[in-house]
Amino acid sequence: MEKKTLFDKIWDAHVVSKIEGGPNQLYIDRHYLHEVTSPQAFAGLRERNLSVFRPDRTTCSPDHNIPTLNQDKPIADPISRNQVDTLMKNAKDFGLTVYGLLNPKNGIIHVIGPENGYTQPGMTIVCGDSHTSTHGAMGAVAFGIGTSEVEMVLASQCVLQPKPMKMRISVEGKLGKCVTAKDVALYIISKMTTGGATGYFVEFAGSAIRSLSMDGRMTLCNMSIEMGARGGMIAPDEVTFEYLKGREFAPKGEAWDKAVEEWKKLPTDEGAIFDKEVCFDAADITPMITYGTNPGMGMAIDANIPTIDQIDAAGQISFEKSLSYMNFKPGEKLLGKEIDYVFLGSCTNGRIEDFRTFANIVKGHKKADNVTAWLVPGSWNVEKAIRAEGIDKILEEAGFELRQPGCSACLAMNDDKIPSGKYSVSTSNRNFEGRQGPGARTMLVSPIVAAVAAITGKITDPRDFV
Amino acid sequence: MREKFEKLTSTCIPLPIENVDTDQIIPARFLKATTREGFGDNLFRDWRYDKEGNKIDSFVLNNPTYSGSILIAGKNFGSGSSREHAAWAVAGYGFRAVVSSFFADIFKNNALNNCVLPVVVSEKFLQEIFSSIEENHSNTVTIDLPNQTITNNATGCSEKFEINPYKKDCLLNGFDDIDYLLSKKEDIEAWENKR
Repeated sequence: MEKKTLFDKIWDAHVVSKIEGGPNQLYIDRHYLHEVTSPQAFAGLRERNLSVFRPDRTTCSPDHNIPTLNQDKPIADPISRNQVDTLMKNAKDFGLTVYGLLNPKNGIIHVIGPENGYTQPGMTIVCGDSHTSTHGAMGAVAFGIGTSEVEMVLASQCVLQPKPMKMRISVEGKLGKCVTAKDVALYIISKMTTGGATGYFVEFAGSAIRSLSMDGRMTLCNMSIEMGARGGMIAPDEVTFEYLKGREFAPKGEAWDKAVEEWKKLPTDEGAIFDKEVCFDAADITPMITYGTNPGMGMAIDANIPTIDQIDAAGQISFEKSLSYMNFKPGEKLLGKEIDYVFLGSCTNGRIEDFRTFANIVKGHKKADNVTAWLVPGSWNVEKAIRAEGIDKILEEAGFELRQPGCSACLAMNDDKIPSGKYSVSTSNRNFEGRQGPGARTMLVSPIVAAVAAITGKITDPRDFV
Repeated sequence: MREKFEKLTSTCIPLPIENVDTDQIIPARFLKATTREGFGDNLFRDWRYDKEGNKIDSFVLNNPTYSGSILIAGKNFGSGSSREHAAWAVAGYGFRAVVSSFFADIFKNNALNNCVLPVVVSEKFLQEIFSSIEENHSNTVTIDLPNQTITNNATGCSEKFEINPYKKDCLLNGFDDIDYLLSKKEDIEAWENKR
């Protein structure tokens, strides 16, 4: 029998047809929508007088362009309000499920999909958002698409996609002290570079990956796009089934048993061939931080920024531009540098485990006076759990306050903008120039490093602190 | 029906920076529109204008000696977000093609869906184009889609480039993927029924 990878099994089972010399016509099981990348797609449907082909496979939630304070009041910015209202109206007109502001199921689309059981192993999932790769953590083929493709899926439940190549990234061994899924992601991306997995769909494997919780796996798969990968995924196992069981839209009763039986057949067959294999040793991974303006510019938190002679010739202009933007010098350390903002949240690190981790560190300490901290749960469900577990009290005592769910300062479409020139220690996914606000200087880190920075007011090695 | 693409000869605008991400192409705060129009005005916004909205003279789009409908960019152009607004901004500004030694996947798809041709060339060929433009800003490049060739007219050197035959056909004829998928609805229903 042909040996197949996890990716092949799911992809091949969803190919409706193959266009000669062209892409595959791929059937999509679950389509997520948010307010920013969908309005032009709905406008396209209206122009062509089309309905949504499979409304029951579509779930909408406004998340990018919403305030994280006073969500009970109308959105102040009329252009943002119009965009959110447009999603609500489109969902209503086309008969789609939508979780609007203050709905208990509202939140960042990549957080609410898994937590409500919409995302399941073996599915194909798309969304007009590159971090759709998050859902791959459940053993699904999930990837971001553009708005023209959103329109295609709405109109036909299919996309036309060339089948990507396959890469397996294995991390073997035990993760060290204060090393989280985020550090694994930043470490892998720093080795692969920001375009190193372009053209590939990545399966993460190995004992270190298996040891991650579901929330951790989502953090890792979320960032696979940051090395250019079409998506990232992890084979479903007991951790996956345990997470999914009992969630609202997960199969129940006999259907559950049958589903698990099928899902257990998904992992890559022994001896299946990947186009590329990369292996890392868990022992080499330390708490990480980025020093530049793309997520590939990461290093161990106690390391020195590279010097110009360590950068290849074609990349030197970009490297210098990047350090000049960050106002860092080649060869210097980041440890001890004062910071201005801390952001905990986003589809990368806005889940309950991230808040537990952050709270465990800050418990009994006080937020540093020079730090403004924005703590933004990924969804109302996460917020509810924070309160149920008493995490809100711990945070409050340490001088932190919670905001309301949304994408927030990850991309700063709303008012949550880091001011120009300020340093932000952020648990989000991108440190691009201006990503968190024009002129903002972002350093990507784990929730542990963010928490330690928030109470010390500077970049601190968490291994010295915890 | 979309615009067709066949052969294009134009002067070029050089951007010899690597890893130009979609947040540079169109910053997130400009993604609030609900139509496809107007994004060209904010292409490379934070490199093009300062905080007060004044033009930054040193940026290439503000240098009147450069013009043209071909953007020449450093390796890994379009990394980051899936926002098709990036392709709309590039197209809206008036670019018909982007030439680089490497493109991010989603940007490439989005560009093709908006009749902007991403042309992948070798790193050496790319650097030669940058040099030719630096020598004389009026030097041109020719992109021939039917023959899949790109020519640096200053040196006379050409390279073949790859494009998926289906996408090539779409560009040459002005078709889009939705036209194709709508013609397949019965097949999709049949596939759903037998799965």
